[in-house]
Amino acid sequence: MSLPKAFQDWFATQGWEPHPHQLALLGAQGDSLLIAPTGGGKTLAGFLPSLVDLARGDRPKGLHTLYVSPLKALTADIARNLALPVAELGLDIRIEDRTGDTKGSQRARQKVDPPDILLTTPESLALMLSYEQAPAIFGGVRRVVLDELHALAENKRGDQLMLGLSRLRALSPDLSAIGLSATVEDPQALADFMGGATIINADPGPDPDIAMLPTARPAPWAGGNGHYAVPEVLDQIRQANTTIVFINTRAQAELYFQQLWAANEENLPIGLHHGSLSREARQRVEAAMAAGELRAVVATGSLDLGIDWGAVDLVIQVGAPKNVKRLVQRIGRANHRYNAPSRARIVPANRFEVIECVAALEAVAERDLDGDPRGPGPLDVLCQHILLTACAGPFSADALYAEVTAVGPYRSLSRAAFDDCLEFAATGGYALRAYDRWQRLMERDRLWFLRDPRAARLIRMNIGTIIDPETLKVRFKGRGGPLLGEVEEGFAATLVPGDTFLIGGQTVRYEGLRELTLEVVPNPHKEPRIATFNGLKLATSTQLSQRVQALIGDPSEWDVLPPDSRDWLALQAEQSALPVPGTLLSESFRYDGRWHFALYGFAGRNALQTLGLLLTRTMEVAGLGPLGFLATDYALLIWSVDPVEDPAPLLDRASLREGLGDWLQGNAVMKRSFRNVAIIAGLIQRNMPGSRSTGKQATFSSDILYDTLRKYDPDHLLLRITADEAQRGLVDFGRIDEMLDRSPRLQHVMLDRVSPLAAPLMLEMGRVRIDGQGRMRLAEEEAAAMMAEAGIDLGAEPAEVARLAGIGDGVNRPATGLRDRKRDRPARSGDVPPRRAPRPATVPRSR
Amino acid sequence: MTGFAFRFSGHVLQARPSGALHWPERDWLIVADLHLGKSERMARRGGALLPPYEVQATLERLEDEISATRPEVIVSLGDGFDDDAAGRALPDAICDRLHAMAHGRKWLWISGNHDPGPPCARMPGTNHAEVEDDLILRHEAASGPDISGHFHPCIRLGGARRRAFLIGRDHLILPAFGAYTGGLPVDSPALTSLVPAGLAVACADRAIPVPIMPRLRA
Repeated sequence: MSLPKAFQDWFATQGWEPHPHQLALLGAQGDSLLIAPTGGGKTLAGFLPSLVDLARGDRPKGLHTLYVSPLKALTADIARNLALPVAELGLDIRIEDRTGDTKGSQRARQKVDPPDILLTTPESLALMLSYEQAPAIFGGVRRVVLDELHALAENKRGDQLMLGLSRLRALSPDLSAIGLSATVEDPQALADFMGGATIINADPGPDPDIAMLPTARPAPWAGGNGHYAVPEVLDQIRQANTTIVFINTRAQAELYFQQLWAANEENLPIGLHHGSLSREARQRVEAAMAAGELRAVVATGSLDLGIDWGAVDLVIQVGAPKNVKRLVQRIGRANHRYNAPSRARIVPANRFEVIECVAALEAVAERDLDGDPRGPGPLDVLCQHILLTACAGPFSADALYAEVTAVGPYRSLSRAAFDDCLEFAATGGYALRAYDRWQRLMERDRLWFLRDPRAARLIRMNIGTIIDPETLKVRFKGRGGPLLGEVEEGFAATLVPGDTFLIGGQTVRYEGLRELTLEVVPNPHKEPRIATFNGLKLATSTQLSQRVQALIGDPSEWDVLPPDSRDWLALQAEQSALPVPGTLLSESFRYDGRWHFALYGFAGRNALQTLGLLLTRTMEVAGLGPLGFLATDYALLIWSVDPVEDPAPLLDRASLREGLGDWLQGNAVMKRSFRNVAIIAGLIQRNMPGSRSTGKQATFSSDILYDTLRKYDPDHLLLRITADEAQRGLVDFGRIDEMLDRSPRLQHVMLDRVSPLAAPLMLEMGRVRIDGQGRMRLAEEEAAAMMAEAGIDLGAEPAEVARLAGIGDGVNRPATGLRDRKRDRPARSGDVPPRRAPRPATVPRSR
Repeated sequence: MTGFAFRFSGHVLQARPSGALHWPERDWLIVADLHLGKSERMARRGGALLPPYEVQATLERLEDEISATRPEVIVSLGDGFDDDAAGRALPDAICDRLHAMAHGRKWLWISGNHDPGPPCARMPGTNHAEVEDDLILRHEAASGPDISGHFHPCIRLGGARRRAFLIGRDHLILPAFGAYTGGLPVDSPALTSLVPAGLAVACADRAIPVPIMPRLRA
């Protein structure tokens, strides 16, 4: 296909020359994958073949092109951007979007009268494919455009999207798919992920202009907020046209936004954008940004993906970017003019991050983009896909198996594994066959179908592979108070009335909980408590942690570091020791009332997480009462009731190995994985019609299901999926052996305070709790302290305890209050023991 | 397993770490909210197909309690079955097991909101709206002093959520004994209005009492 005259003229009126990759994509046969930097006209390239097709006009009405992007915001953006060429070319094309935000009336209409081009997300696509009308809606689709495929391929949303693509191919066998991706380290892997595609590479463009932001004050020792650099960041905002300030977590974004405004004497228009804000608040910021009304936006990953920010010419990254790939992609947001270098400045939040930033910049300069290879398609996503397929209508197992094995992630899926998933979807897949009467799916005439069609509603309500932590809404007190945003349940649980925290850029005071909504009042005058609600926990890549180790371990390399970072490392050497190669350094110190043990392994987060699980077991056996641990890419931190004084016996390989079985199975990492797997596979339903209002005693923890399965059905499919999943976050013992081999000498230092190197660990997220004797001791101490405070001596007579606790004087009292005896009186049966006379008030203790 | 002995309305009772209440003078063992058949009920109603082992898991723990206390009477404080049909649907093997547990003793099933009807004829024991002795035993607390269940109280202690007994002047509320049951924090309005002050007894390796203080109301 070549570019028709009308299109050539249109390009000429814009003063544009079509990019070679745009023409290459137009001429391509079959599926294609376009790799282009941001600003390379990628989206237009993706739609050009469709527009040319549609301009010919000789086709039946109906859906021609389906566009899928990871973000709802992107679909709205694309609709806006396409409107212009479509209008100027005089094309008669209807373009609509379809996301979770689309109104019900429009959804209903789209079912019977789909537009020519439909813009959607993987979840909405999965939902539409589950409709009985799916064959009619998608039967005529010619092209599928998969935008930001590099981002989708990073997680299970990508697997779900590929399964959706396999369904689309079954409904419309001649369609061709176009993947659009930012620069990736392994384009072939991404093409394979699509099930095979021709790769088209665009000119990668000039190197980005990226550097650390020089600041007057040095970065602090610890902490993640980067407030020390506020004057310099404001100065950068002043000089630039439009700036995005990226921060890793929502809580940090809130604080930073507040700090910027406190120093913003010129009242530069600066906005805030993160996933905890209400949709309306986010849309206001997005609209203001698009209209060029803002000079800067403080944002988390919610703005991370290719939204066309037009005038954005500077990206500031506060806090270590954790992952070089993410950094480069974020920089791609700045300056969407092709062939102009992207400009970005990094503000490390603490001295450890300074070192991380230096290492990351080296990696970017050397084009050493990192990333872990992708594993095979996860089976929990397949279970969900099978259920959704059944919602659309009866299906044949053979046909569905052939379909899913045609896409990349499930290419090597065995028939046995597929049948296990089908069995799970149908009967639960338990060794005890309890649900023969109540199967979810039944088979008749070699076709599988939903036993109860009403189940489709519940299945559809629980679509998706993104597992958010449970959150609670925050509103101003009073009838119909505006929604301010959401906080994680774990944070909400720590609040007592009167506490203040930040949300939506303002300080509020917690008043109480009402129907699972936090009620707050404005309280601008009080210093907020540090909000601990998390954003994403980002893992640094293994490659980056190796670069960091090389820097710290070798003082001759320190020249590249700012003076204060050198001082910081020097202080570490003076107060404790440096983790030099060949030595495994560890420290013990007390902090916040607990003993802490820090071990500097520099082995990557997965290896240190595994070691954390095994080491807490040897500590448990040694009676040290471990309470929890935290693994970063560099260090392992374990807190316990008693101190580690000699790590050598705890690190004994044979003892560590003993933990590989049961202890590893029962840990919190596994339970967390299980919860996600169980939700995606459809064992736990997050959304029930009208369930949230009925109160909490109806729901129970997924840990109970995990423990039950382990005990009664250890070979169950979901346990196998969980083990696979956790395996990706854990490592085999070989990696730990390797780490111990690399550092044969142990050096342990007992300290009277937190060491400089350990200080940043204290604020890290992602803690894993250990349920052992330590926690029991803690529970007992906590309870004893409360009883003592209440003045209750447990050694006293039960009657005395009762009196002190305020539960009565120990004398039998008749029933009190008004009571309709007739209504409450039971139909007495002969089986009820006769009433006995009241006992004397002083009864001997039973024990 | 160490229980916690306390006095409620003139009677010495023992809160056991399992969540069962023992009344030594009478030789009664009282449990609340077994919710037997919960997974079957969810499947029947088109919900998730949960691991169908919760009856087994619950009865194993109850058997342990019976061997430890050898009671004359077992009382289920309502919601013994997740619904009336769940009781009828229990397999024969489970009914046999319940009969073995009930052998030589009485079993009183109090009706709950989940199981308002009488348990099916295959079950041992008898059904009651409530049991009135020196104390009233019922499903949901009304006018005290009474012993009840229904709310599934729980408490955070030592950084973990644990099932808990709630002991006040007028009400003694038992935690849910069933395996697939969630919990309602003892400081929820529904529970503070029943027990504004008293003790919560957390079920852990042993039963750990914690004071409940009346909230300062603004």
